[in-house]
Amino acid sequence: MSIVTVQLGQCGNQIGFEVFDALFSDSHCPQGLCSKRENEAYQASCKERFFSEEENGVPIARAVLVDMEPKVINQTLSKAAHSGRWKYGQHSCFCQKQGSGNNWAYGYSVHGPRHEESIMNLIQKEVEKCDSLNGFFIIMSMAGGTGSGLGAFVTQNLQDQYSNSLKMNQIIWPYGTGEENDAVHKICAKLMNIKQISFRDINQVLAHQLGSVFQPTYSGEGSFHYRRNPLGDLMENLVPHPEFKMLGVRNIPQMSENSLAYSTFTWAGLLKHLRQMLISNAKMEEGIDWQVRPPLSGLPTLGKMSLNKEFHFNTSIANLVILRGKDVHSAELGAFKDPALYTSWLEPVHAFSVWKTQRAFSKYEKSAALVGNSQFLVKPLDMIVGKAWNMFASKAYIHQYTKFGIEEEDFLDSFALLEQVIASYCNLGF
Amino acid sequence: MTQSVVIQVGQCGNQIGCCFWDLALREHAAVNQKAIYDEAISSFFRNVDTRVVGDGGSISKGKICSLKARAVLIDMEEGVVNEILQGPLRDVFDSKQLITDISGSGNNWAVGHKVFGSLYQEQILEKLRKSAEHCDCLQCFFVIHSMGGGTGSGLGTFLLKVLEDEFPEVYRFVTSVYPSGEDDVITSPYNSMLAMKELNEHADCVLPIDNQSLFDIISKIDLMVNSGKLGTAIKPKSLVTSSAGAFKKRQEKPFDAMNNIVANLLLNLTSSARFEGSLNMDLNEISMNLVPFPQLHYLVSSLTPLYTLADVNVPSRRLDQMFSDAFSKDHQLIQADPKHSLYLACALMVRGNVQISDLRRNIERLKPSLRFVSWNQEGWKTSLCSVPPVGHSHSLLALANNTCVKPTFIELRERFTRLYKKRAHLHHYLQVEGMEESCFTEAMSSLSALIQEYDQLDATKSMPAEDLPRLRVAV
Repeated sequence: MSIVTVQLGQCGNQIGFEVFDALFSDSHCPQGLCSKRENEAYQASCKERFFSEEENGVPIARAVLVDMEPKVINQTLSKAAHSGRWKYGQHSCFCQKQGSGNNWAYGYSVHGPRHEESIMNLIQKEVEKCDSLNGFFIIMSMAGGTGSGLGAFVTQNLQDQYSNSLKMNQIIWPYGTGEENDAVHKICAKLMNIKQISFRDINQVLAHQLGSVFQPTYSGEGSFHYRRNPLGDLMENLVPHPEFKMLGVRNIPQMSENSLAYSTFTWAGLLKHLRQMLISNAKMEEGIDWQVRPPLSGLPTLGKMSLNKEFHFNTSIANLVILRGKDVHSAELGAFKDPALYTSWLEPVHAFSVWKTQRAFSKYEKSAALVGNSQFLVKPLDMIVGKAWNMFASKAYIHQYTKFGIEEEDFLDSFALLEQVIASYCNLGF
Repeated sequence: MTQSVVIQVGQCGNQIGCCFWDLALREHAAVNQKAIYDEAISSFFRNVDTRVVGDGGSISKGKICSLKARAVLIDMEEGVVNEILQGPLRDVFDSKQLITDISGSGNNWAVGHKVFGSLYQEQILEKLRKSAEHCDCLQCFFVIHSMGGGTGSGLGTFLLKVLEDEFPEVYRFVTSVYPSGEDDVITSPYNSMLAMKELNEHADCVLPIDNQSLFDIISKIDLMVNSGKLGTAIKPKSLVTSSAGAFKKRQEKPFDAMNNIVANLLLNLTSSARFEGSLNMDLNEISMNLVPFPQLHYLVSSLTPLYTLADVNVPSRRLDQMFSDAFSKDHQLIQADPKHSLYLACALMVRGNVQISDLRRNIERLKPSLRFVSWNQEGWKTSLCSVPPVGHSHSLLALANNTCVKPTFIELRERFTRLYKKRAHLHHYLQVEGMEESCFTEAMSSLSALIQEYDQLDATKSMPAEDLPRLRVAV
């Protein structure tokens, strides 16, 4: 089944390019560490999922590129075309002349309705090229005008128009929340030893993370049968309740190519780190706080998660671990099934799933990705809401939004909703 | 890609404008070696086939035929505009885009605003509409003028109201040269005060400049050039004050060096909208991010580097120096002290081979010494444009919305009051039809209200940054 990607705004398009590049490079990686037949099945599955029929041999990404000003899309298209290995469809972009000015209201209330028909038509065309549609992958930043505002508008439209398909929004958080860019920045600095970090480096790390989750994985039937409904399976495992749909991705290992040549890993080692990353809410494998432990079962819980406490334990609703590489079947995951890690709603057997695939990812002999529905994102969300509230209380910048039809009421509604989400996630400890 | 139109008004406005077009041509020539008319050039220039008579000559793609500036030149005396039209840039300007008169405004805002305003309103509208028609997607009007005289000040601000009514969706960025302490025009306080009211009400963004700061920058450069220290040979063309080739042969005019600084400001301001980069910043984003309240739209600008030394290696230490310089008073285009006042927001527009990590590192480094308003502690807007200015490997333009502009306005009010109390020269204004004393008192209240808004923000400076109680929801 195929996934159609919608890349929105500068950030969405820059990252989207790196994602397709990572997916393509990985699927054509010679060191699959598996049999030729398996490798071919992997390639075919990846291709069906993310690329469409080639004209003259070059696969075309199943993507729609949207931006309100042309510079980034032009760059993205030419970068792909120049690589010679894959490209974007010639008619898959929608572009205007003037951007959204970093204004959500402009992206949502002005660009949205104005260009609704053209954009949805483009998406429809892309959907028609799929034999069967698994769902949509939407890449957007939160801080700007197009990705954020127009992205919200498009997501709503997709909900209405394709109500049976699944949507996954990959959002990029602004700097200063400790999430995404900040975290990836640190990954680039500490683990990958990149001296002058560019946005390209950051985007490539993100692309690697996403690739390691969305590349084909074996379904229950075993080898050669790759999962047909990745989005559905993912959501079934991880999103039991519509109020809780914020997922976080953690990846291990992450290192520069040079270091990779000299490193070996064991599944036990990798998984131990990954588990601790989960419960201590660390973003990378260095500087993990090993003091954090799950509450001992049988003892009363320590009370509501306090956002100010330094060493709080990260409670999960559900987790999915995706393992790729050598000897993957020998990996032992019992520690992830510990009921102490989870809320009491689901039986641990339902709260935790693992997908194992022999075929290695990228250049990593062994790699593990954790997609989790947990309290991962509460702190950054809380931080953003706090900053926004302070600004709103001073009425700063409000005139820039009311100019385009977003009223104070709308702001208050959003605040109320987010406070609800934060409160719900905070109470998972009970 | 969007286009912008420059409207240069009065002697000062036209002289600065002239330097701007000179440097813009040089910049695009350096980047666009194959002389293809591309989107970057089209932001400020039209491509015209001069053999075609009348309006049909515009060419939108392909090789450059003849470039015409997207400009409207307005002056109520002929001297300056004539000189431009006879100078080396004569072919760059469309002779139909001029509005001139003979007698001048006599350093009288009322003459510029009321008399010439009504006299030329139709013509002005016509030229503006023409220039807008030539644009695929017009984003911004840049108005360049001085505050202290009659034409730039009066007619220049009359224009703003016309622009707002006729093109409400197009941004109005105004570069205003404020009178210095020792100004040779006695009535400049009146002119400036009356102009300020218009700027308050009809401009989206104002970049105030004063001659004293420009002069100080020049002195600093001269000192550097003449010091003859080892290893201080300066790269040719890299001076922020130097003109492009056009003026090389003949004697440079006295204000050229100063005007070039302002021209460079405008070039850097628009670079991210014209050229590509990993983090673009369009002109509409400047207004969105830097103007939290509609009236507080005065931005203090500072440019670095002022020159590039001839040695080629640029270790990142020097890059960091560039960021520090941007926050030094020596590099500001207006006399003010942002470090000891309150930042509402700050934009850093970087050009050249600089990465996001360099940017973040320097922001972290400089943050502790700067005070930001409590609700905008991370009020930094950044952009990265990959194309550096001519003669440099990288550059930085900082735009600060900071309460440090308050003293400038307070001083303006004081100079105004001194004159007005004695009713000196007032009759020159009141005898103009449409002018009454209320114009003066209204202008005064407008300025006082503005100063008070800055006062209120300053008062929060000493309060600790407290988080306000949040919404509580039932779980």
